[in-house]
Amino acid sequence: METQRIIRIPELPDLESLRPLVARKRALERAFLAIAIVGAVIIFGILLILLLGVALRGLPYLTPTFLTSPPSRFPEKAGVLPALVGSLWLIVLTGAMSIPVGVLSAVYLEEYAPRNRIRRWLLLNISNMSGIPAIMYGVLGLVIFVKLMALGNSILAGSLTMSLLVLPIIVISTVEAIRLVPRSYREASLALGATKWQMVTRTVLPAAMPGIVSGILLALARALGEAAPLVTIGALAYVAHVPTSVFDPFTVLSIQIFGWASRPSSDFLGLAAAAIIVLLAIVFLLTIASVVIRTRAIRMRGGIR
Amino acid sequence: MGVTQTRRSPVTIAAERLIESLLPLFVLLPLLLIAIFLAFLFTNAFHFFQQVSLREFLLEPNWHPLIQPPRYGIAPLVAGTLLTSAIALLVAVPLGLIAAIVLSEFAPLRVRNVIKPILDVLAGIPSIVYGYFALVFVTPLLQKVFPTIEIFNALSAGIVMGIMIIPLVTSLSEESMASVPTLVKEAALALGATRLETTFKVTIPYALSGIIASFLIATGRAVGETMIVTMAAGATPRITLNPLEGVQTLTAYIVQVSLGETALGTTGYYSLYAVGLVLFVLSFGLSLLGRWVARWKRSE
Repeated sequence: METQRIIRIPELPDLESLRPLVARKRALERAFLAIAIVGAVIIFGILLILLLGVALRGLPYLTPTFLTSPPSRFPEKAGVLPALVGSLWLIVLTGAMSIPVGVLSAVYLEEYAPRNRIRRWLLLNISNMSGIPAIMYGVLGLVIFVKLMALGNSILAGSLTMSLLVLPIIVISTVEAIRLVPRSYREASLALGATKWQMVTRTVLPAAMPGIVSGILLALARALGEAAPLVTIGALAYVAHVPTSVFDPFTVLSIQIFGWASRPSSDFLGLAAAAIIVLLAIVFLLTIASVVIRTRAIRMRGGIR
Repeated sequence: MGVTQTRRSPVTIAAERLIESLLPLFVLLPLLLIAIFLAFLFTNAFHFFQQVSLREFLLEPNWHPLIQPPRYGIAPLVAGTLLTSAIALLVAVPLGLIAAIVLSEFAPLRVRNVIKPILDVLAGIPSIVYGYFALVFVTPLLQKVFPTIEIFNALSAGIVMGIMIIPLVTSLSEESMASVPTLVKEAALALGATRLETTFKVTIPYALSGIIASFLIATGRAVGETMIVTMAAGATPRITLNPLEGVQTLTAYIVQVSLGETALGTTGYYSLYAVGLVLFVLSFGLSLLGRWVARWKRSE
């Protein structure tokens, strides 16, 4: 039997009659965009006003004395030097511990580990680590580094805590950077007689370097700004002297800000704002460098292809 | 044959083997530390629960470990955490999502390439700075609007925390919307849908699991956030829905205990670990949920 399909072509409505509908939809779209843009401008505006507010509040206190003096009960004599030096110690040590461990972990996971369930489980746990709240790392530092290893509230204990906190950032960004290195690079390297380790250190890592550095800078910026875990391990102590060894008690900029902001006097709030300016200057420097390196690397890769 | 085989020295081969066997340790070491810590957390929480019944912990509506007689009901701390987080999400979810929609569906590529790096930089502002914003700028402003507001209150902390997590919500949702195949969007556009209709009827449903996952990640961030709530929300554990009152969150309690001189081995000392365990379970649960949601099959 022959079936016949009848295709009904619906009668087109009068196009003129559609005009109001189209106009309505267009107006809706415009209204949405307008609301969205106004909202975005308001939020950006609020953030800008808040940052400007901090700048106005802090600039009068940001004097040479401020950068070269220890904290003091007298606001006009108080400075941020031990905190600044403490912060630098902290990120240098944190970097010294988390960069090798993080990069080598990523090298193992991407280049050496057999592609099996264990590897997936390891990767999963590393990304789980980044979901643990910062304050829990503080409790961890208190339990393991301060008490169990008896390091006290030293720079070393603080840096070990921070290293664990930022490790997932470094591992994940390095894994991603290594994954983007084309297979042909590895094959070329091996074909020239390189051993696996030579291939990794002389071909893969240099090619992945922008992504790795970008992740490292982001991790260091995070370590610099994070206050909660250091409060927990006891870094709040008033520190009048610049630390000279990794076993010294210490304070950092973020903790100093917390300490000053907890005092009701307007002068100390101004000092806190000045310390925020110093902190943000370093954090922005690190994050902007990270973002620039990453975007440039993406653009270059696009160019080669 | 014409090819001369270069032999690797035994030293090189041994070194390669050594490297190969050492590398896994770098992955295992941090995970091992975390495992030790979790074991510690559970044992110490266990000590706590030997002194305080699980029944009191879960059902008692008061938390005051230092006032006699001490009361250890976790509910007020959880309520404080949920209240500040809810306010933060009320701010961050709509604004973050709208910004993501505009960025991924409407903004020209050039604008997007400028805004995304700015978002990354904003996401890097330390939370202690937001805590200062809340305490020094937002609370005094709120005091003018609501004269009855307490100096330390959930509203100020929540709003500022919301502003803080907007970049996170925006960039995660934007990524999942941008990963919707252009073909799917073009099909909708070809059928005569406007871009707004395409966004709400095609792109968002398609990217829904990723968008919800971004909300869950943001919730996890809000639950674990410490400095803003410590500085601006106060240290009064109470069960309330009134955002004008001060509350204490799980995280703020941990800070309070670590700042104070709580004697080792007392119930107050062990309460740190019980609260830590609750916080860990809560935030870990959220991130597991987020991962589960992100793996949902996209509906056709």
